Amino acid sequence: MRHGIKNTPGKGSCAARQRHGAGFPSIGVRSILLRLVVVAFVVCLAPGCLADRIGDLTETSVIDQAARFFSFRDESLRYALLGTILLGVNCGLLGGFIVVRKLSLMGDALSHAVLPGVAIGFLWNMTKDPLAIFIGATIAGLLGALTVSAITHTTKIKEDAALGMVLSGYFAAGYCLTSMIGRLETGNKAGIDHFLFGQAAALNRDDILLMSVVTALTVLCVSLFYKEFLVTSFDAAFARAVGFPATLFHNGLMLLLAFSVVIALQAVGVVLVSAMLITPAASAYLLTDRMHRLLTLSALFGVATGAIGAFLSFLESGLPTGPLMVLAATLVFGMAFLFGPRHGVLIRWWRQRSRGHRVRRENTLKAVYQALERREFKGESVTLLELAQRRRETEEEARQQASALIRNGLATRHGTGEQIVLTPEGWLRACEIVRNHRLWELYLTNAAHIAADHVHEDAEKIEHVLGEDVVRQIERRLDFAKTDPHGRPIPSIDDMRRGAGGLFGRDELVGYGKTT
Amino acid sequence: MPMADNEALPDPPDTGPDNVIHPSQFDWVKSASPEEVPLEIHDMTVAYHKKPVLWGVDLAVPKGKLIGIVGPNGAGKSTLIKSIMGLQPLSSGWVKIFGKPYRENLKRVGYVPQRESVDWDFPVNVMDVVLMGRYGRLGLIKRPTRKDREIARECLDKVKMLPYASRQISNLSGGQQQRVFLARALAQESDVYFMDEPFVGVDAATEAAIVELMHELKEKGKTLLVVHHDLPTAKEYFDMLLLLNMRVVAFGNTAEVFNVELLQKTYGGRLTVLSEVAEAVKASQT
Repeated sequence: MRHGIKNTPGKGSCAARQRHGAGFPSIGVRSILLRLVVVAFVVCLAPGCLADRIGDLTETSVIDQAARFFSFRDESLRYALLGTILLGVNCGLLGGFIVVRKLSLMGDALSHAVLPGVAIGFLWNMTKDPLAIFIGATIAGLLGALTVSAITHTTKIKEDAALGMVLSGYFAAGYCLTSMIGRLETGNKAGIDHFLFGQAAALNRDDILLMSVVTALTVLCVSLFYKEFLVTSFDAAFARAVGFPATLFHNGLMLLLAFSVVIALQAVGVVLVSAMLITPAASAYLLTDRMHRLLTLSALFGVATGAIGAFLSFLESGLPTGPLMVLAATLVFGMAFLFGPRHGVLIRWWRQRSRGHRVRRENTLKAVYQALERREFKGESVTLLELAQRRRETEEEARQQASALIRNGLATRHGTGEQIVLTPEGWLRACEIVRNHRLWELYLTNAAHIAADHVHEDAEKIEHVLGEDVVRQIERRLDFAKTDPHGRPIPSIDDMRRGAGGLFGRDELVGYGKTT
Repeated sequence: MPMADNEALPDPPDTGPDNVIHPSQFDWVKSASPEEVPLEIHDMTVAYHKKPVLWGVDLAVPKGKLIGIVGPNGAGKSTLIKSIMGLQPLSSGWVKIFGKPYRENLKRVGYVPQRESVDWDFPVNVMDVVLMGRYGRLGLIKRPTRKDREIARECLDKVKMLPYASRQISNLSGGQQQRVFLARALAQESDVYFMDEPFVGVDAATEAAIVELMHELKEKGKTLLVVHHDLPTAKEYFDMLLLLNMRVVAFGNTAEVFNVELLQKTYGGRLTVLSEVAEAVKASQT
């Protein structure tokens, strides 16, 4: 199995990868992007492919690497994996509520606003003390949120503009501060630059402890107050009317949001942390219609993307974890977007396509019926030429349409193959469509008083969607009328069963019901 | 604080020299037991950004009545309901539900908000929404029990929505959404109900079902206050009418209050509305 993959497409990617490596000796942005794509591909498709190169570094194959990474054997990697898993759960759970409450931009603003707090927390005792940074960052984040609400409440500036300003303003201040720290001579400043794009490998024991506390808090709050968060998110006014302090829950959620942004900084970085909140939850939103499932899925996606991101960054040591995690999350979203069983693009496209095909088949059936009707149902077969003329198409198109009918068991070939005859099933459906069309036209002219020459277009569309019960209701309301506004006979259920010859007062019956 | 707010407010709107309503109209409350007065409002003023929306509202509602709240756009009909339920801060005045402040009696109040006030793409199904009606009784932290689910099912059945219990709410028609909101209010098992425009955007069958349900509730001694925008049906649906335009223009039995003079006063000089009023009155007299 592995050998098979190794020798086919994977080898090609490997070669491609080496070529790029040779072309760009210094690692530029483009090169990194290319490498990322290739790495993602290789990891997905051909696990054995990277063996040679990674082998130079540590172990022999990606599978061994993965085994080592995911089995918690290596201490430094253990923290990285544990951290990203905690992060996935935390961000996934909160993200679910953030997305349904339409607070996604708030998450983004908050995450950028924490950066000055990080810098000040670092300056507190000139070291990367998780607690000092946590406190500084939380305060800065909450200040950012307060600034937004102060701007929106006291001026006519709306929330989007306020969020945009606060986000960039705080971030700029934070970036200047961290760059200054980077140039300081004193102190252990290692890792301050990781706050921009994250480095899961740099997580230490204290970081994990802090992450565990915050994640435990989030899980506890969400499971204890699930009902309260649900009702305040769906209908805050109702929640307040039944006595739930909606504002308190909102503020609580914002506080948890600030906490989780701050603990995510180390691993994901300021710039991309909001994606870890939004993307897994948005993917889950595409896949389910129930809140508790959304939260579960979102947390699962969070864990998966976190772990994959950390692993990829471990493979390509030196790459920041944040972008890799976000890429993984985006990939999950892309899958949900394309292949989601209910709202996925693919399934929707497929449904639309089959609906289009059905409508076209039904129109062909109708054309066959009309062709038969033109000669007062003398004979049952219709030539492709007749069909083409009725549909105003080329003969080739008529042939395709006829084949579609035959494929679906609605018609059979007749004679030399240039003629078709409807099967009982096809006959019934053809009658139904004509009946829907003409009854609807009559209904529009009689009940809605629309002129007879205005109703055809509408009936062309509605004929394909009317259900049997509605049609019968219409028929009853029209007192079982026999002819449509243009003077053509409307086939009744009886005609459909017996065959249509009776419509023209002849004994010879055409269609279903004829002695077969 | 409310006083300071009050002083900053502009003069009250001129609704004519002699408002029909007079506080003495509610003197009966003084001798009634609290159980007989589902809702009492005294001198309630509500303002948005210092702009008054409701001004000096006095009201006392007798038990077991079906009451329509009628008035032009911007008359403060929804605000009145929201202020009663504490969703809107009062600049002055007070509200009592069965003789107690709202907060102390909120389990006795059911609420049907406007249908557009929520996001119908929210990831919940019909049952989830109706169960929310039980949340007030459950209080914090406690989860709905089997009994709550049973009650929710009964309420869904009453609005003929039980077959839709597991539908996602975005797959419902406007009328069905309104029925779900009604079922949620029923699940609150309250004694006084506030409904904000329950007839907006619903089909005829739902409208009839809502009217039937309202009468059923009334028969059980519940009191209903319903914001309504359609004058011709207002006359038909409600026992009593509250004519509102920032102030209470009139409150009384429909037969007494539904007349050209008072409706003109409520709807001001707006011609289109006036003609509608004239039509409605003419229709009601023939």
